[in-house]
Amino acid sequence: MSRNPIQAWLSTHLFLVYVFLYGPILVLVALSFNRSGMPNVWTGLSLEWYGKLFANEKIISSVGNSLFIAAVATVISTVIGTLLAMGLEERRPRVATEALIAAPMIIPDIVMAISLLSFYSLIKLTLGAHSVILSHSAFMISFVCAVVRTRFKHFDRSIIEASIDLGASEFTTFRRVTLPVIAPGVIAAALLGFTLSFDEFIISYFTSGPSSASVTFPMQIYAMIRFGVTPDVNAVATIVMLVSFFLIFLSQRINREVEA
Amino acid sequence: MIVSRRIVLTGPGIAWIMLLLVIPCALLLVNSFFERGIYGGIDYIFTFENYVRAVDPLYAEIFWNSARVAGITTLISLALGYPAAYCIALMPKRRQMAFLILVMLPLWSNYLIRTYAWIVLLNGEGLINRSLIGLGLIDAPLPLLYNDFAIITGLTYAYVPFMILALFSSISKLAPELREASTDLGASPLMTFRRVTLPLTLPGIAAGSVFVFVLSIGNFVTPDLLGGGKRTMIGNLIYDQFLTARDWPFGSAIAAIVIGVMMALLTIQAVLVNRRDREEKIA
Repeated sequence: MSRNPIQAWLSTHLFLVYVFLYGPILVLVALSFNRSGMPNVWTGLSLEWYGKLFANEKIISSVGNSLFIAAVATVISTVIGTLLAMGLEERRPRVATEALIAAPMIIPDIVMAISLLSFYSLIKLTLGAHSVILSHSAFMISFVCAVVRTRFKHFDRSIIEASIDLGASEFTTFRRVTLPVIAPGVIAAALLGFTLSFDEFIISYFTSGPSSASVTFPMQIYAMIRFGVTPDVNAVATIVMLVSFFLIFLSQRINREVEA
Repeated sequence: MIVSRRIVLTGPGIAWIMLLLVIPCALLLVNSFFERGIYGGIDYIFTFENYVRAVDPLYAEIFWNSARVAGITTLISLALGYPAAYCIALMPKRRQMAFLILVMLPLWSNYLIRTYAWIVLLNGEGLINRSLIGLGLIDAPLPLLYNDFAIITGLTYAYVPFMILALFSSISKLAPELREASTDLGASPLMTFRRVTLPLTLPGIAAGSVFVFVLSIGNFVTPDLLGGGKRTMIGNLIYDQFLTARDWPFGSAIAAIVIGVMMALLTIQAVLVNRRDREEKIA
């Protein structure tokens, strides 16, 4: 009897938290279809801002740069991160190793950004897309590794031994036994890594150098919103959020299918 | 045989993290003990000056302000997150996952864009001010943007999902029988919460709070965009030392202090959780 009012209050609270989380996103989506583009006057539905977006060369080329950087960094970190996960799952790693591998996920990004900038400047590495790729791969490996490791939770090690006993080489065992089991985790990890790299701002900002070939999409967005309301951003925001949500949804689906 | 195989697998990953995280951070620490060069470089002369400067009232105030903003953000996230996590934990298992994904989803959209949404909402001509004026609640727009209020709102918005996840994992482990037993023994719902639920979910509260606090105190983007570019938080200070003032050693010293505080907090939290686990095992 006293449970129901509490339950009602909790449900209302949860609903309001979702309003808080999704309200601002929905406002941007709605504004992207507003002809005036400004938040204060609604002048009717229009796709004008989307048209302007595709005519904006700076945005388009920054998206291209980001896609390239994210793709290369994803390949590097998926390979290294998956190997790392396989190695760590063979035997329980030491606490220090666990801490080392978790470090890139918890270090404040501005600290990582300035430490990498200091490091690149010490070894006299010219900054550009390649230095951003290196920097991104450093933190992506940790995320990839964490996702792939969840795949090993229900992994029955005896099938690897069985494969080796039956005369398969290590590589064949990896290709025919281990990989098919962890593949959904690897794909999910790659998608997650890609999204993280595509959205990353501060580390790119510090380690990209002056070249226009290394202006990433978030850097372009930052330049646009730094000085207040910019209607051009609403349409970009809508597309980027849809793509991100789709990739995450895909990653979740792929990683769950086999378990079901 | 097994050892070498393990090294082949983990070697590249560990080497990569050593090269691009551990060595750069060590370098940061080393640089923090050198003098700034006349033209913005580093003069390799040993000094404590950067750390002495960091406790100068001018900078100590920025530290204090960052801690205050991060602290308020943590408390608000806790107040918003606890009932939300509790509500999800009460649901049947099948539905929990969907509600949790709904909590996590915003985390996967671009951080800058989510921050920009608050510029749109909070500015003088923004949706919130116009609605309040429209409703006749206020006459002139409230100064909602470019101050600490905006920063705290933006940080809470960004990090409350982490708080909910940490709290959920703690609350969902709690056996419902414990609460029922407490009620059967005549405790009011409030008493049950205060004496049973709250103490047992303390590890979740600690984990979520440390996480939100650490993410907030080192943040750069939110204070920069919602705080109006005033130098109010540590993140902005570090940024300035590296890209504007070009005093890398001093910037490094401040970053080293941030990492120190962060590691201390994470250690305290780990110790708390460990002790709790041991107590539970004994009990």
